[in-house]
Amino acid sequence: MSDGSIVTMPSSASTAAASRWAHKYRAWLAVAVVLLILPHVPGMNTDFGRSLLSQMGIAAVFALSFNVLFGQTGLLSFGHAVYFGLGGYAAIHFLRAINHGLPIPVPLVPLAGAAGGLLFGILFGSVTTRRAGTIFALISLGVGELVYAATFMLPGYFGGEEGITASRTRAPHLFGLDFGSQLEVYYVIASWALVAAFLMHAFMRTPVGRMCNAVRDNPERAAFVGYNTQHVRFVAFAVAGLFAGLAGGLHAINYEIVAADAVSALRSGTVLMMAYIGGAGHFAGPIIGAVTLTWLQVSLSGYTPAWLLYLGLFFIVIILFAPGGLAGLIMMHAPIVRTKAFRGVLRAYAIAFVPAIVMGIGAALLIEMSYRLSTQPELGTTMRLFWVRMDAATPWAWIAAVLLLVVGFQISRRTWRYVAAAWTRASDEARTRTSAAGTP
Amino acid sequence: MLELITFSLLNGIVYGLLLFMLSSGLTLIFGMMGVLNFAHASMFMLGAYFSYQLGRWIGFWPALVIAPLLCGLVGAGIERYGLRHVHKSGHVAEILFTFGLAYLIEELVTMVWGRNAVANSVPQAIDFPLFQLFDSNFPAYKGLMMAISVAMFVFLYLALKRTRIGLIIQAALTHPQMVGALGHDVPGVFVLVFAVGSALAGLAGVIGGFMLLTQPTLAHAVGPIVFVVVVVGGLGSLSGALIASMLIGILQTFAVAVDYSMLDLFRALGIAVTRATPLYDFYSIKVATAAPIVPYLLLVLMLIVRPRGLLGKRDV
Repeated sequence: MSDGSIVTMPSSASTAAASRWAHKYRAWLAVAVVLLILPHVPGMNTDFGRSLLSQMGIAAVFALSFNVLFGQTGLLSFGHAVYFGLGGYAAIHFLRAINHGLPIPVPLVPLAGAAGGLLFGILFGSVTTRRAGTIFALISLGVGELVYAATFMLPGYFGGEEGITASRTRAPHLFGLDFGSQLEVYYVIASWALVAAFLMHAFMRTPVGRMCNAVRDNPERAAFVGYNTQHVRFVAFAVAGLFAGLAGGLHAINYEIVAADAVSALRSGTVLMMAYIGGAGHFAGPIIGAVTLTWLQVSLSGYTPAWLLYLGLFFIVIILFAPGGLAGLIMMHAPIVRTKAFRGVLRAYAIAFVPAIVMGIGAALLIEMSYRLSTQPELGTTMRLFWVRMDAATPWAWIAAVLLLVVGFQISRRTWRYVAAAWTRASDEARTRTSAAGTP
Repeated sequence: MLELITFSLLNGIVYGLLLFMLSSGLTLIFGMMGVLNFAHASMFMLGAYFSYQLGRWIGFWPALVIAPLLCGLVGAGIERYGLRHVHKSGHVAEILFTFGLAYLIEELVTMVWGRNAVANSVPQAIDFPLFQLFDSNFPAYKGLMMAISVAMFVFLYLALKRTRIGLIIQAALTHPQMVGALGHDVPGVFVLVFAVGSALAGLAGVIGGFMLLTQPTLAHAVGPIVFVVVVVGGLGSLSGALIASMLIGILQTFAVAVDYSMLDLFRALGIAVTRATPLYDFYSIKVATAAPIVPYLLLVLMLIVRPRGLLGKRDV
């Protein structure tokens, strides 16, 4: 949220206050402008691109709401989809009521989702936030399984496997918008996503939002200072439920259907991965994660049946080597980006990139061929991989893949020395600079 | 009625003992290392797949021994080369690592054995009726499973209470730092516990594989229930895990057999309930339909009321 370089400031300068306001919120204004023009950018100006952007928006709100719990309050939830899904169900029933004549325009439907998420966040949160840490994680897992099972036990409200459907076009038209096109839906989602992100960012800066951090870092001390840690966790939980429900409401508008998969453990797991891969320590982290994972999901799943494996590998690699997530990786470079030695770092990256890619191609070949043989035998053994035709039935394809993997790995291990050395030089230079600037 | 009760009880005990096999390893891992090992059920699944593959190559009896050993090896590798490095990033990172691992193992299994269930049927060596009860046969493989489960309990119990390494493990459960300060190789003990826990899960998988469907979603199907057993039984308590497994097994099998709902209760009490009554759908849920949520209800209630579980010595 700190990038405000592309801002077009309305510098009519009629009042200094307006200019100050614009300066204060310049990052948000920039984001708003980007969101406004994004669906018209070449490559994105198709129904597919706009649908992808809509999915990213929904995922971003959901991941941010997860991070109110995880990054901000230190509560690891394995059942956050409960509030997404129950909010979604509330919204879809609200949309059905609109279809039957309730005079409310469609853009307000996500509010019903937010209300549903908040309601269940308060209901379950009052019980589950009595504990923190591992117990909380386990309870959230249990509640998630409970609610998922309940969706099949109450088909009247949840619609079982098929779910509940409604139509966003059979509704009162506001300003002549009928939400028949994906573009109009995108703008509804983008507006709500922006509002939700702004509100969650604002919540982070309220006193209670700061107390969430204190409860995360040192609950004993927070309790000694006189705060009720359980109450702080409860407030965070309710807020997270509210925004998860809002995301569920956006989901309901976008797909016009909400089914049991909306509350499933798979969705809870996906949002966890989004927040962690993006980086739970930064406000923008979950957004980066949501955008990356949604893009991977949509693009990779079209090319390969193994995309979940790649996702799992990606997740493990992030946990092992970059616990700060993608945002952490980016922020890591902030202190050294202005040093002279930074060019050396970039050069080392470029050198390390080549064997890493070779290794990756080898691994991908192995994975793709195995998947073809075991999950899609009906397609035959010849396949095009990286623009090369190969036959998974011959040993040569496998030998080549293993060679690429092993050779790539061996060379890759050696290149890490260069990267480490370049890093040391750059951070040394950055340190001498700051200490030189610090001494008068 | 007597027949129903006898069979429900017997099936409940069989199911409970299977749950115990599954969770005995986790209760050690979770209790000792505090790691909510999401990949434990994946080890169970790997055991099922290994035994299926080995059973086709070299027969059932060798597979019964080798498959769990392979799982133990995989477990030791995971601890030594994965979990240990994540340890410095804290508990959350450890939990997420095993969570990602569970994801990964599911996909790896899909990669090797395909998305559909493999034909992992009961081997002929143990597919004969053991005895007859009310004109129904009790199959030998269930008997074998019960025997292995009980043997597992006795072995673990004796190993923990009567051996030196068991003493160290017991001590490391409550005072890991102190045990380390006394010069014991706590990381080595961790590898051992993780390997033994994984091997036990693998052994459960060999037997459980043909009682359940051997498919890539197997781990996810049994995973959450294992946590329920461990938490309800109490951290690191073997006896607790046994009691909790039996409790859940018997509760769930009996619940499946009960074809009543709250409506029937209301009717018996003389309260008039019609379709117009609020929450009618909720009242009309049959106990049998609600059986799958019984363990999770138990989990949530237990964590709220008594987080240390039935026989646990400290909180989760």
